[in-house]
Amino acid sequence: MTGSPSGEPLLQLRDVTTAFKTPRGLVRAVDGVTFTLERGKTLGVVGESGCGKSVLSKSIMGLLPKRNVVRGGSIRYEGVEIGDAASGALRSLWGTQMAMVFQDPMTALNPVMKVGKQITESLRHHLDVTRQFADETALELLTSVGIPEPHRRMNQYAFEMSGGMRQRVMIAIALACGPKLLFADEPTTALDVTVQAQILDLLQEQQRERFMAMILVTHDLGVVAGRTDDIMVMYAGKAIEKAPTRTLFAEMRHPYTEALLKSIPRLDQPSHSHLDAIGGRPPDLVKPPKGCRFAPRCPYAQPRCFEEEPPLTERETPGHSFACFYPVGTPEGAEALARNQSAAAVAAPAPAPASAPAVNGGN
Amino acid sequence: MQELSPNPDSPGPGTTVVAGIASTGAEPLGVEASPPKRFGIGAWLALGWLVAIIVAGILVPFIGLKNTGDYFSFAKLAPFKNGSHILGVDDLGRDQLALLLWGARSSLTLGFGSVAFGMLVGGFFGLVAGYVGRWADTVITGVFNVMLAVPQLVLALALVTALSNDQPHIVGTSVQFSPVTPVRRLVVLIIALAVVSTPVLGRITRANTIAWSQREFVLAARAQGAGAFRVMFREVLPNVLPAMFSIGLLGIGVVIVAEGGLAVLGIGVHDPSISWGVLIASNRAAISTNLGYLLFEPVVFIFLTVLSLNYLGDVVRARFDVRESSL
Repeated sequence: MTGSPSGEPLLQLRDVTTAFKTPRGLVRAVDGVTFTLERGKTLGVVGESGCGKSVLSKSIMGLLPKRNVVRGGSIRYEGVEIGDAASGALRSLWGTQMAMVFQDPMTALNPVMKVGKQITESLRHHLDVTRQFADETALELLTSVGIPEPHRRMNQYAFEMSGGMRQRVMIAIALACGPKLLFADEPTTALDVTVQAQILDLLQEQQRERFMAMILVTHDLGVVAGRTDDIMVMYAGKAIEKAPTRTLFAEMRHPYTEALLKSIPRLDQPSHSHLDAIGGRPPDLVKPPKGCRFAPRCPYAQPRCFEEEPPLTERETPGHSFACFYPVGTPEGAEALARNQSAAAVAAPAPAPASAPAVNGGN
Repeated sequence: MQELSPNPDSPGPGTTVVAGIASTGAEPLGVEASPPKRFGIGAWLALGWLVAIIVAGILVPFIGLKNTGDYFSFAKLAPFKNGSHILGVDDLGRDQLALLLWGARSSLTLGFGSVAFGMLVGGFFGLVAGYVGRWADTVITGVFNVMLAVPQLVLALALVTALSNDQPHIVGTSVQFSPVTPVRRLVVLIIALAVVSTPVLGRITRANTIAWSQREFVLAARAQGAGAFRVMFREVLPNVLPAMFSIGLLGIGVVIVAEGGLAVLGIGVHDPSISWGVLIASNRAAISTNLGYLLFEPVVFIFLTVLSLNYLGDVVRARFDVRESSL
């Protein structure tokens, strides 16, 4: 792995499927995801809980157990197929080529090992360096992730640190061997809001400094807004909209993306206004609904959406693909929404006339 | 060690310790009422008794209490220069305190030895079963269950009879018995008793390994490229050790008591070694005489030791639980 820039992208996924065998049947957690990630770029993967975001990153790294997992499609890392590699072969990639920052720094650090040791572990293991050199590198890493008094922190245990501090240590561990690809799996979910931005900025800064590609998994469109090159929105295991970040926010097309954005509270909304949550829940992945998977919750849904699955296609803007028959911001979409709204208007007041005579009759 | 000093004015080990442990019994309530952030007095007393008995056991050959194998020489073995026998003398005129301290050697060696054996063997296989899972788990758990199903007493009887009784040899026309060394007898007993502690410790280790293996830091270590061995011994094992130690400490007590049972059946440690169990067995008859205290002295020693071990096991568990929950 010399990082040959021979035109091969860093990471290329084609039609990747990951399913879990359960007593209820096959759960398709990731269903036919395709994307390409170039060196030094950042991809944001966005979606609700249970949409396969975390499974996707673990699946790419090959960290899922072999048992009860069915995998399909092709994952190529620097042109080499790793989708069906044994974990023994993947292990040479872990740490040195790709690394992961986990969601919860409370549980992702070993409680009985000093944090300095946890950083030097993989350095000594992979790079076969002397203890002294590893210690110095660990100190540098801790300094670069913004931990004050790194000398003292090296000899502390995880429980002696705050959540933000621990996540910084996690990042230092992940960066230790200089990976080319960093997975950040909801790195700020378990943290205080005040610390979230700091951690995200740190990740972005390290990613740029080291020219490292990053896959940032989150449920918060706001998190990825200014920090990623591309965004992939996932719903029920499928990629439903994919675009460069700027394009996506300028002209989002999929109703789900729109709903996700609307569900973030905004400062310019009047106080005490109703937050636009997405009604319902993601579908059961054992028996996904026929047609578009978002249709049951979609304000734009038309009869066709329940019958036929929209393909993920690129339309007017290059690089922007989405899977919808009635996209947001198009005449078809507007028409569909209007039709649904008028239907709802008819349906909702329907009980009113029925009750009105009853009231009259009482008089 | 104060109780080993030859000063006749100093209180004997029995009295110091008995008084000490008597307050241990009352202590746990106070300790458990508030989370044991530090060692309570009960833990110190338990630790004190164990350290005293271990040190006494180690030092006993060097303080003039020679075990010559000659029964009558024990009569001279009073630890105190003026020849007073603080815990009395047995029916052969041997000083009971000297016998108890010699007995501590065998009993504690047996207890610690077979639990250490169980920790190493059971711990290793439990770790593998819990972490690797699948066929390894099936096979290892199966073996543990088979070991648990074998009646311990019968197994110990069989092992001791087969491996450490005097071996018959036919010399010419007569049968001669070549004696087995006490050390060999002790080793056989350790293994016989370890057969019980191994599966128990193995299963505890396995269960804890499974629980800790689910933790994210294990996945994180794997994602950094750590191999199975590394993950098992560097990441999981240090977290499982507290549970192993707390069960192991209880196990030592169980083994000491079990040895007493074997001794009563006549398969305790070999002459001229003495264990607390052997002392109980040889003083059985005294219970119906006014020398009954000879029987109860080794019983009290076993009781206090087991109590201390159990209490320390609890303290270990409590301390580590506290740290775990504050994480």
